[in-house]
Amino acid sequence: MSLRDSQFGDLKVPLTWTAAVALIVAAVVAVTLLLTDRRETFRPEAYGQTRSAADKVLAPVGQALSAPIRWTGAGVDAVRGYFFAISENRRLKGELKEMRQWRDVALALKNENGRFRSLLGLKTDPPIAMVGARIVIDSRGPFADTRIANAGREAGVAPGNPVMSEYGLVGRVIGVTAGASRVLMLTDAASRTPVMIERTNARAILAGDGGPNPRLDYLRGQDPVREGDRILTSGDGGMMPRGLPVGFAVKGLDAKWRVVLASDKGPIDFVRVLLFQDFTQLVDRKALDQLPVPPPTPGMPPDQGMASQAQAAQAEATQAAAATGGPPKAALAPKPAADKPVADKAKAPPAADVAPAAKSMAAKPKAAASEPGATAAKPPAKKAAAAKPATAKVPALDKAAPAKTPAAAKTAKPAQAKPAPAKPLPPKPAHKAAPAHAAAPEEPPT
Amino acid sequence: MSQARTLDPTRWLGVPMLQVLAATLILGIPLRIWGLQLPEPLLPMPVVFAWAVIRPSVLAPFAILIMGLALDIFWGGSLGFWGLCLLIAYGVLLAGRNMMAGQSRTILWVWYGIVTGIALLSGYLFVMLDDKSMPSLFAVGWQYLWTVLLFPFAYRLIDMYEDADVRFR
Repeated sequence: MSLRDSQFGDLKVPLTWTAAVALIVAAVVAVTLLLTDRRETFRPEAYGQTRSAADKVLAPVGQALSAPIRWTGAGVDAVRGYFFAISENRRLKGELKEMRQWRDVALALKNENGRFRSLLGLKTDPPIAMVGARIVIDSRGPFADTRIANAGREAGVAPGNPVMSEYGLVGRVIGVTAGASRVLMLTDAASRTPVMIERTNARAILAGDGGPNPRLDYLRGQDPVREGDRILTSGDGGMMPRGLPVGFAVKGLDAKWRVVLASDKGPIDFVRVLLFQDFTQLVDRKALDQLPVPPPTPGMPPDQGMASQAQAAQAEATQAAAATGGPPKAALAPKPAADKPVADKAKAPPAADVAPAAKSMAAKPKAAASEPGATAAKPPAKKAAAAKPATAKVPALDKAAPAKTPAAAKTAKPAQAKPAPAKPLPPKPAHKAAPAHAAAPEEPPT
Repeated sequence: MSQARTLDPTRWLGVPMLQVLAATLILGIPLRIWGLQLPEPLLPMPVVFAWAVIRPSVLAPFAILIMGLALDIFWGGSLGFWGLCLLIAYGVLLAGRNMMAGQSRTILWVWYGIVTGIALLSGYLFVMLDDKSMPSLFAVGWQYLWTVLLFPFAYRLIDMYEDADVRFR
């Protein structure tokens, strides 16, 4: 039974009002979708199943639609090549002659560069694997500028991978599916890329705005850029490798510095996707998490920075003592940073080669360890501690200083008993050099 | 009134919608002619304008939303962005529909230009809020120009279906 035949068939509702209600409902749906969209994230799941499925369908469709154009282009090139073979040959010979000279220069520089690297012990970036792809869908506009390339997950492409044409950087991958990936162009309004000016090494952020020439934002320094300066990726933030060509600086009509993209020299049809893993993926996060925690505020004197930590440790120790009924040894158990000061004498460098403070710091906990209740302060890592600078060790001792427990007071005692000498000490037994850390202002020399 | 001929939604809503999506896909081909890219007009705009002028409809807003979502997926923008921009334009048209009834082609073209400007302006504001950056006015103006030039297609659609439902003349 249709609606017209039912009891609601005679119901008359003004169509304009029902259309308005439908409009409001549709607008609410659109607003909800807009607010929940997470286009800017790198996480693969943020790209969404809908977009992945659509890209998967669009890639072969675009490839089929653009096939006649590719064939036409290939035909025109063939005819042109036939008729202009002689002039092309002449031009290529000239280019080859010039390139031979450049090759010699490049080989000499490569050799020299390799020697410098080995001398300096530089750790260079690992080589980056690449995947070739063809752009099959080309969408433009002031608010979104993306392309679909016909290489996807099966080729190892991942979100965040930089994409280059034969001339320079094009953009980066924001979505991947089987057989296709979406590339966010440098000109997109949401694109932000850390770049540097080759001549001055000044840093900037390349911000797309939907126009053909993205802006250079956050330029620092005096006269950091000039007309025609070459712009490269800086690699800051680890998002992209350093040194990829981006374009040339120009002054825009709005008096802002902009970039003429190198990739605009030719059509962006074939591209290379750099399977670049950013630095956060290369490092061992677990190993990083094991490293000692620095003082909370950079620039704050370590003794102040660690005072609050010492108080917290003391409170914990008191609680533990109350619970077990034993002495609060936990107050003396140093954090990983505090472990390092204790040096193995055999492995420590000669005393004359080490700064007095470093020597004293290395020796200090050793004296403390001889005191009762200080066994918990015995270090697990002795090797690295001797070579560490004094600044890394001062907090460990100052941390123990404000402790009110007897064991802690004993640990701090040598520090107050022997002031820091004004001049470097001659080589002495380690325990006598200990007071050097008393240079801290709140510990007056006795 | 009850004898009035009703419009078949597939004819005046479905077919133009599919034509718009097909044209958008074709204009997305990576093609350069003498070094210049193909223009990228807002192709659903003529259809949105014609739908509002022909008659109010319950289905039209949802068809517009679907077209907007298709544009978002195709162009790679935020989901819901173009749907909202087009719906705002449709709402303005629906509210001012009585002023447009019976107007000449030129006046309708002016109206079309105004409403296209409203759609692109709302898009500009949404991008400013979403991406915290100002899109290039030159790029917006370029798209506006190409979209305004599409008015003859909107007028043709209006001409085809304006008299189909006499209740809304």
